[in-house]
Amino acid sequence: MSAVIDSTHKGHGHAGHDHHHGPAKGLMRWVLTTNHKDIGTMYLWFSFAMFLLGGSFAMVIRAELFQPGLQIVQPEFFNQMTTMHGLIMVFGAVMPAFVGLANWMVPLMIGAPDMALPRMNNFSFWLLPAAFAIMISTLFSDGGGPNFGWTFYAPLSTTYAPESVTYFIFAVHLMGISSIMGGINIIATVLNLRAPGMTLMKMPLFVWTWLITAFLLIAVMPVLAGCVTMMLMDIHFGTSFFSAAGGGDPVLFQHVFWFFGHPEVYIMILPAFGAVSAIIPAFSRKPLFGYTSMVYATSSIAFLSFIVWAHHMFVVGIPLVGELFFMYATMLIAVPTGVKVFNWAATMWQGSLTFETPMLFAVAFVILFTIGGFSGLMLAMAPADYQYQDTYFVVAHFHYVLVPGAIFGIFASVYYWLPKWTGNMYDETLGKLHFWLSFVGMNLAFFPMHFVGLAGMPRRIPDYNLQFADFNMVSSIGAFMFGATQLFFLFIVIKCIRGGKPAGDKPWDGAEGLEWTLPSPAPYHTFQTPPDVK
Amino acid sequence: MSAATANRHLIQRLLVVVVAMFGFGFALVPIYEVMCQALGINGKTSGAAYEGVQVENEARTVRVQFLATNSADMVWEFRAKNDELLVHPGAVNEMLFIASNPSNRVMTAQAVPSIAPSVAASYFHKTECFCFTQQVLQPGQRIEMPVRFIVDRDLPEDVHHLTLAYTLFDITATKSPAAVAGR
Repeated sequence: MSAVIDSTHKGHGHAGHDHHHGPAKGLMRWVLTTNHKDIGTMYLWFSFAMFLLGGSFAMVIRAELFQPGLQIVQPEFFNQMTTMHGLIMVFGAVMPAFVGLANWMVPLMIGAPDMALPRMNNFSFWLLPAAFAIMISTLFSDGGGPNFGWTFYAPLSTTYAPESVTYFIFAVHLMGISSIMGGINIIATVLNLRAPGMTLMKMPLFVWTWLITAFLLIAVMPVLAGCVTMMLMDIHFGTSFFSAAGGGDPVLFQHVFWFFGHPEVYIMILPAFGAVSAIIPAFSRKPLFGYTSMVYATSSIAFLSFIVWAHHMFVVGIPLVGELFFMYATMLIAVPTGVKVFNWAATMWQGSLTFETPMLFAVAFVILFTIGGFSGLMLAMAPADYQYQDTYFVVAHFHYVLVPGAIFGIFASVYYWLPKWTGNMYDETLGKLHFWLSFVGMNLAFFPMHFVGLAGMPRRIPDYNLQFADFNMVSSIGAFMFGATQLFFLFIVIKCIRGGKPAGDKPWDGAEGLEWTLPSPAPYHTFQTPPDVK
Repeated sequence: MSAATANRHLIQRLLVVVVAMFGFGFALVPIYEVMCQALGINGKTSGAAYEGVQVENEARTVRVQFLATNSADMVWEFRAKNDELLVHPGAVNEMLFIASNPSNRVMTAQAVPSIAPSVAASYFHKTECFCFTQQVLQPGQRIEMPVRFIVDRDLPEDVHHLTLAYTLFDITATKSPAAVAGR
């Protein structure tokens, strides 16, 4: 490994004296940058801003649901809050955070000097603020913003939609273009820019899971674009894709949407699988158990994600054979997912475990994501789904896979790589406090939703029956706690950027990978000369 | 092959995937139509008039119920003359639907049929139906519209009871005859 470090330092030093330079000064550095680290940083900050905004919408929802009856907002605005919370968290917070992590880490992990298509990289980032500015602006329009749920089912989103739906469609188009370009960029980087000796089966799992995620992105984001284009044509150009009056079918909308929507949920979780597969071995001081099976399990999950979409539609009236097929195909996903959970547990088995903040988040990820997986299995059973569908049980399920799944995966990654990005260690005590407050808040918020859901409380309704009152109050208290804790996370990150114990090249003794051969903070240009991978 | 060429080739191939998947989204529309027709999903009935002739099976009786519903913004009065008929599979039956336009403007309507249970949809043959065309009514005009149908002799044994539901849509504003042809 020392040869790698030498060649890297030489390569970088040489470049520094030759024709390359550090970052430009001032604001235009960020507007014009093609540097993968700058763009990764911008993605991460953007995603955090959207996380706080989408989170504040969730606070409005939980404040209204604190007690039965209508206290704070009217139902129309409540609907806009549930819709925008979902849209912003999915497209504005989770997806850009993972793209940001990919921008920062994929080139460093495979020994590439930058992303393969740096200018396109800049464009795909800057489309996002434009898209979200358009979408958020609809909240201030006369008819209000999107109020049809993040799944925007027709005809709610066509015939009965507020005027602002056209802005929403345009914003989704922009996000889709951004994601597709991001996906193409990552595939090109991984396939064409690997250092000599970095064969596919030597790649870190984070790179593998992102490669597969990128293929999912370019396969399904165009379908979403087609879906909103059909909506646009129905609304403005007199077609009837989703309107029964003209020979269309609203159920078709759900098929098109969920053909995108189901792979989308794996787009939001596979990169977290990859990050956790880097973090757990580092803090277990053992290599990852079953690397090859992890790669195949991830590929299987990605493949299966294309043939299970109608499990979101068990009650719309699909034939019995269809329900059986989609039910069994969905349950089949538990097999590769089980392989992954087994491998993470086996990696920790008899390891020299320490529980720094990234590891705490990673272990919580494994446990709580598994709970979300189990409630997913319950929902996968078609006959039982007739009872659970459209209740808070569904809300509990997907928040368990997204909050301690995707978002804890992002937190774990940020704490794990923050020393590499900033050159400073974050405050470990504060990091652990952030973890425990998030862990307790998140479970308080979402666990009671299982109970009220099973008892029949419907989702997306601003009022509820008195019998659900106590659990909802607990949920709201947990949600406020989780939300406030994230401001604390912002403080921890800023504190780390401004100073702290110097990190050294490799702050975690069990960590593996090319990124730890670089100095901390990672220089502006890295791997100008490709490292030699043994 | 230089890095730039390699990237260009890869991007071209990936863009083909992107364009193909965008097309696939739209291809889902006809695929869905075909699947619905082939499997009888969604209670969609055939859009064309049935030309076949069947021998009546007097040993079996099926109850057919009729529903007439207006879509959200439709102002017409719309109902079936009778709530139900007892029919023998194979026989040709007729039911009248009555519509009237109480508004003070000329309006065009399209009726969309649906069969429940959906497995029976492909065993329900319409030899004549007002849903094959659109109805244009003058202000105050009233019409009786016939539907003639045959319940197939091969209707599964466990189906004793069919519902034929029509939803009437106001398409005056968005009238595009091509889009509704073939109903």
